[in-house]
Amino acid sequence: MFEAVFSQFRSIWRILGHSFSRAETVQYPEQKPYLAPRYRGRIVLTLDPDGEERCVACNLCAVACPVDCIALQQGVREDGRWYPEFFRINFSRCIMCGMCEEACPTYAIQLTPDFEMCEYQRQSMVYEKEHLQIAGTGKYPDYNFYRVSGLKIAGKDKGEALNEASPIDIRSLMP
Amino acid sequence: MSDGLTMLFGLFVLLGAVGAAAALTWFERRLLGIWQDRYGPNRLGPFGSGQVLADMLKLLTKHDWVPPFADKLVFIFAPTAIVVAMLLGFAVVPFSSSLYIIDLNIGLLFFLGMTSLAVYSVLLGGLASNNKYALLGGLRSAAQMVSYEVFMGLSLIGVVMLTGSFSMRDIVEAQRDGWYCISQFLGLCVFIVAGIAESHRLPFDLPEAEHELTAGFHTEYGGMKFAMFMLGEYLGLMLICCMIVTLFFGGWLGPILPAVVWFVIKVFVLICFFILLRAAIPRPRYDQLMSLGWKYMLPLTLINLVVTGAVALSLAEV
Repeated sequence: MFEAVFSQFRSIWRILGHSFSRAETVQYPEQKPYLAPRYRGRIVLTLDPDGEERCVACNLCAVACPVDCIALQQGVREDGRWYPEFFRINFSRCIMCGMCEEACPTYAIQLTPDFEMCEYQRQSMVYEKEHLQIAGTGKYPDYNFYRVSGLKIAGKDKGEALNEASPIDIRSLMP
Repeated sequence: MSDGLTMLFGLFVLLGAVGAAAALTWFERRLLGIWQDRYGPNRLGPFGSGQVLADMLKLLTKHDWVPPFADKLVFIFAPTAIVVAMLLGFAVVPFSSSLYIIDLNIGLLFFLGMTSLAVYSVLLGGLASNNKYALLGGLRSAAQMVSYEVFMGLSLIGVVMLTGSFSMRDIVEAQRDGWYCISQFLGLCVFIVAGIAESHRLPFDLPEAEHELTAGFHTEYGGMKFAMFMLGEYLGLMLICCMIVTLFFGGWLGPILPAVVWFVIKVFVLICFFILLRAAIPRPRYDQLMSLGWKYMLPLTLINLVVTGAVALSLAEV
């Protein structure tokens, strides 16, 4: 009983001591918290270092997405590059899980530390390609998919990519 | 004071008490914020005091709804009862030697009676809601109030014995030689505990107990009727603080400053202490509350009563 009473008084005293400690509150709209670069917020589509679209419309992000909020349609350019004819993310469904970013083979789709994307109308939460596309390379400044892939495009034939051997002539027996 | 002046002062106390109770909602949240290392409401107006207005506007404009399954008459009557009872309790509080509404020769009994009446509000509110959580809340409050009422009254008998009067003014005047918080220390402790239980504030807010009974007796209440319950609770807190100051801390007595200022300062400090209790102490279990009441508080009160009686008697014989 005495122990219980003593512990009550001790906790009262300790709480009183908190009169002199600073508040932990971050006063949000005026005072922004630090968000790490890897924070999972608004999704963007990035360009490669040469300023070309990174997305090859492989649909892996749409497959990885657990809430099915990504929709896109593949097209092929005249130079042989693949690109999305449209790319749509419904942010009213998106749960910012980052699965699409992990699935992406070309670092095209990336999550950014921006989360302030409230809207008054639900339809405004649907972002089209022109809303998603940014002018830079995002978190991976040097990566260019077409420079390392075996796909043939205009100006880069088979076997001309980085670390790629020339194609083998399968009709020849010569080593 | 003349009748007209008394009436005017009564009106002033009425409005003052209600206004202070409203301000207290904001003040309590700020103070709790400080003790929990956060800010509390700080957006609206200076130091967030506009929050009071915002809350009031919200409560006033809410749909005044009576659930179809409730006992309508009692449901509406219950929240008014607590406010009326608590406001009537303020009638016997002496703010200074000349500032008071009425000086009853049974002032203390009147106060005890009024706080007991407040029990009906909680009880009827819980019963009329026709909701199992509300009923459980009402049940608990009935048990809590009945058992804590016993030694709430008994703890004050020591003060009455030393003074020889039930009149609040006489009690304060008798403390000129020394406040009763020293000679009646046990009585003070018991009265504080009983007072918290009586105004059912944390840590003794078992009738409400939001984590087990949703909102206890006022689960079904909303809008202004809910506001009345809250108003009653804060009025009860202020009334208990006024009473503790009057009975144990020498009421308006104090050097230099005017009497009323002393009274207000003491009440203010005590209210802060009550809020500190809320910030620091967790809510006990229902059976713990009961055993604390009957096994420790009641014997302590009786010991206090017997010792005080013996001392008073021996002093009187000399």
